Formats: sequence, C-alpha cells, structure tokens
Amino acid sequence: MSGEAAVFARGLTRRFGDFTAVASLDLDVMPGEIFGFLGANGAGKTTAIRMLCGLLPPSGGEARVAGCRVGRDTAALKRRIGYMSQRFSLYEDLTVLENLEFFGGVYGLGRAELAARADELLPRLGLDAERGRLTGSLPLGYKQRLALGCALAHRPRVLFLDEPTGGVDPVARRGFWDLIYEQAAAGVTVFVTTHYMDEAEYCGRVSIMVQGGIVALDTPSGLKARTGGADMQDVFLRLVDA
Amino acid sequence: MTGPAGKSAPAILVEGLHKSYGARPAVRGLDLAVARGRICGLIGPDGAGKTTTMRVVCGLLRPDAGGARVLDRDSAREPRAVRERLGYMPQRFSLYPDLTVAENLRFFADLFGVPAAERVRREAELMEFSRLGPFRGRRAGQLSGGMKQKLALSCTLIHTPEVLVLDEPTTGVDPVSRREFWRILRELAGRGLALLVSTPYMDEAGLCDEVVLMHEGRAIARGTPGEVAAAFPRRLLEVRGADLPAALARLAAAPRPGVKVHRYGDRLHVVHDDASQAEAVARLLEGLDVGLHPVAPGIEDAFVELMAAPAGGEAKP
Repeated sequence: MSGEAAVFARGLTRRFGDFTAVASLDLDVMPGEIFGFLGANGAGKTTAIRMLCGLLPPSGGEARVAGCRVGRDTAALKRRIGYMSQRFSLYEDLTVLENLEFFGGVYGLGRAELAARADELLPRLGLDAERGRLTGSLPLGYKQRLALGCALAHRPRVLFLDEPTGGVDPVARRGFWDLIYEQAAAGVTVFVTTHYMDEAEYCGRVSIMVQGGIVALDTPSGLKARTGGADMQDVFLRLVDA
Repeated sequence: MTGPAGKSAPAILVEGLHKSYGARPAVRGLDLAVARGRICGLIGPDGAGKTTTMRVVCGLLRPDAGGARVLDRDSAREPRAVRERLGYMPQRFSLYPDLTVAENLRFFADLFGVPAAERVRREAELMEFSRLGPFRGRRAGQLSGGMKQKLALSCTLIHTPEVLVLDEPTTGVDPVSRREFWRILRELAGRGLALLVSTPYMDEAGLCDEVVLMHEGRAIARGTPGEVAAAFPRRLLEVRGADLPAALARLAAAPRPGVKVHRYGDRLHVVHDDASQAEAVARLLEGLDVGLHPVAPGIEDAFVELMAAPAGGEAKP
C-alpha cells in the first residue's frame, strides 16, 4: 500500500481522430507528494487531467489514481479525489458551513459525519469564526480556503488543484499553501496545474509537458540546476521553447 | 503640470485619486505618472483598486476626489478626447468568436471611425507585428488563449492610440505566450507609447520600467523593480536539502521573535534581521542534511513585508 503511487500512469494516451493529445504519459506521484503538472496551452495537460479524474476514457495505456483503475473504476475514483479550480463554484448565498455541508453531502457524507468533518476542517482553515457568514460577503482569500475545504470534505486521497491561488495577495497565498503542506503531511497527494511559475515553486516535484509528452520531471531546484534557469519561469521557457 | 502635452508632461497622470463604491473604498489617495515610452505596472491582488484606477484613467468612471489626465486632458471632463488617443483592453475583452481575426479587426476599426485606406494599412501592420497574419481567416473562437489576447491587443491598437491601458492582459495565458505578449508591449513602448499594465502576478513586475504595488486602494511601494525589491528591509536565508521536513519541524518547534519561516516546495525561506539570528538557525539545523544560503529578496518578499506594515506608509495624506 505505502509503496504504491497515488497517481500512476504507464503509456497513458488519448487520441482525438488523427490528433494525439496525450502521447504515452508515464507518472509516479507518491502519497503525500505535491506535484506540479505544467505545460503550455495546448500541450495536453487538460486532456491528461480529465483522464486522471475519470472524465475522459483513455485511448491507450493504463493509469491508477488512488488505487482505482482509470477508465474502469470510475465511480470509486470520483469518490477518492477532490478538485478545486481558480474559478471555484461556491454558493454565494449559502453560509460557510452550508457550503461545506452541501459539497460533503454530494459525496454522500451523512449528517453526523458532516458535522464532525466541519468541526475538524473549519478551525484548520481559519474559518471557524465565519461559519455562519454568507459566503458572498467573504474576502477572496477566505473563499479560496473555503473552496479548498469543500474539495477536502469527503477526505479525498488525491487533490487536484487548477491554478488554485490566482488573484489573491501573496500573504493569502502563503497561508493557502501552508494548508496544502499540512494536507500533504497527512498523506493527501496534491496534483497542481498552473501557468504561473511562482505557484510552481511551491511544488515538491514538477513535470513540464510539451506536445503531449513530458520533457522534464524533477524538483524545482533540480530543474534550475539542469537547465541553468534562474527561476521556474526561466526553466519553463528554456524547456518549452527549445 | 500645465502647458501642452509636450516632452516633459507625463502621458498618464493620476493625482490624489479617491473612489468608493457606496461605503466601500476602492482607491484611497493614489498618485502615479507614466511617461511616453515607458511601461508602468500596477501590481496587486484582486480588490487592490487596479481596475478602478484604470477605469478612471480611461474616463469610464468619475472619481470622488482627485483624478486623471491623459496627454494633458482631464479624463472625467473630456472623456471623448481622451479615448480618441487611448487604447483600453479590459479584463474581459469582447472579441466576436464567430468573426474571423480580420473581421474582428475591421469591426473595431469601424467602431473607432478609422478611414478605410488607413484601416488597410494599419491592419497589415498589426497582423505582422502580432504574428497573427497566418490566422487572419480563423474564427476568434478557435484561437488559443495567447492568440486571443494578441488579437484583443490588436483591436485595442487599431486607431493608433498613444496611450495604452491594459487590465490583466496575461491572466490565464501560458508562459511562452506571456513572453511573446510582453515582447510586443516592449516594442510598443519603443515606439513611444505610454503603457499602464496591471497584473496580480509578482513575476511580471520585472518586465516593467516602473511598478506601483497596490494594496487596499493605496500604493505601498513604487519605483523600478530593483528599487522595490530592495525596499525589503530584512534578510533571507534559503534552506535546501534531503532533510527539509525535519528542518521545518525543528524551526517550527523553536520559534524565535522576528524570524519567519516560509516553505516553497523543495526549499524553506527564513526571514530574519541579523547575523546572530542566522547563526541560531544554523545551530538549530546542525546534523541535518540541509544547506543554508543567503538569497536576494524578490518583489513578492517586499510586498508581503509592506502589506504587514501600518497602512498609509507610502501613500500621501
């Protein structure tokens, strides 16, 4: 169990007609790892993630996410993953607690379980004092932490984050990442996609995708050392524009 | 600030700008000036007041106090005169997805009353420098994110403005397309345009000639990117190595006044003030497989430090 990758792919491929969007992708992301999945627009990231989340069947290869076979155990897979994007969809006219209960309820958590989970999550997210507040009245940084809470309500083993900290101030962003590190330390695998290289710096390992395949995979420091890039922006440009 | 729009007067001038929406203040006393040939970056998170400032500059929003001048015309009193010489690209620029690249350009040319002969010449010029020429027959809805932004910028430039105001033009665009976009902006500045560009991303600050860091309606720092980074009054120590989790645990277990620890993926940044604190950190981490190196602070470090400072530090009363 502990030796098995939380996100595993071998030769994962997706074709649309003659076009190969994802070409034989290999991934081994370990439990508790924070993995940055980067690439230019059109490199195939979205297609790869849609497959890993069970939203699109692969045309070839195999993948397992949180122990579920992609393309086979789709229902179980969806219960074991959480998803949060920059355009998070919270209900503005529900309170903080109601949003959390709603999203937990969608994943089939019972009433007692929901209450216990809210008591556990809200203080950790720094939202305990806001539980009765209307979500629409919260500052952006708070909404973002609530969106994270909603994605975590059903205790997913793998958390997918799509440009999670777009638009918030750097202090809120650091606070958000502290929460992510806490989740990772507790064993949750975090899979991050972003166009923003300052966000990529927060990841433990990073892969860079070009035209359907991964061209580099290492720690941010390792990638900088290998390419001679000063920062991740520089690394990205050197690898993608090569 | 009197006299004709000559060499000395800034192309964009914002003075003592205040604007509230009901009881909620959006901009609280902002000053800035952008000269021809320069790129000024308005840097700050959502809600900092960037869009409000830009809308006042463009004459789309009336200020409560103070105001903006563009090429020596008051934006609130002479909005039409201002807009004839200014190009504005809002956050959600409306391209027509069913029209082709060329048709979108033509539509905006008609909107701005660009004469036909000039339109043809201008179109050819914009196609070349945006490198959209090969895609002129493609529908805008079928373009990539980066190409859409370039087309929106081209539409903004169709009437040959002298001042450009761009609200978060690179949001959602990948790093390669962003670099291409900034290359175009630099070229426009080289032709003498004055550019005011907003971004929530600190890493774009380095691409501007000068930056204004905005937080809660005020400027908390301004200057060249180097000057702003240098405004970070403290020191940074980077910790890297195999035993990073253990290092973090030790530092968290022994907090020291004035010492802050931030984790960045495979590194820690330790903010401190003097050598004795650095030595204490080094002693604490002895025996672990980690290396300590001093690093230069960036714009984001300055922003975080200045955000925590008492309000109104930089902004004038």
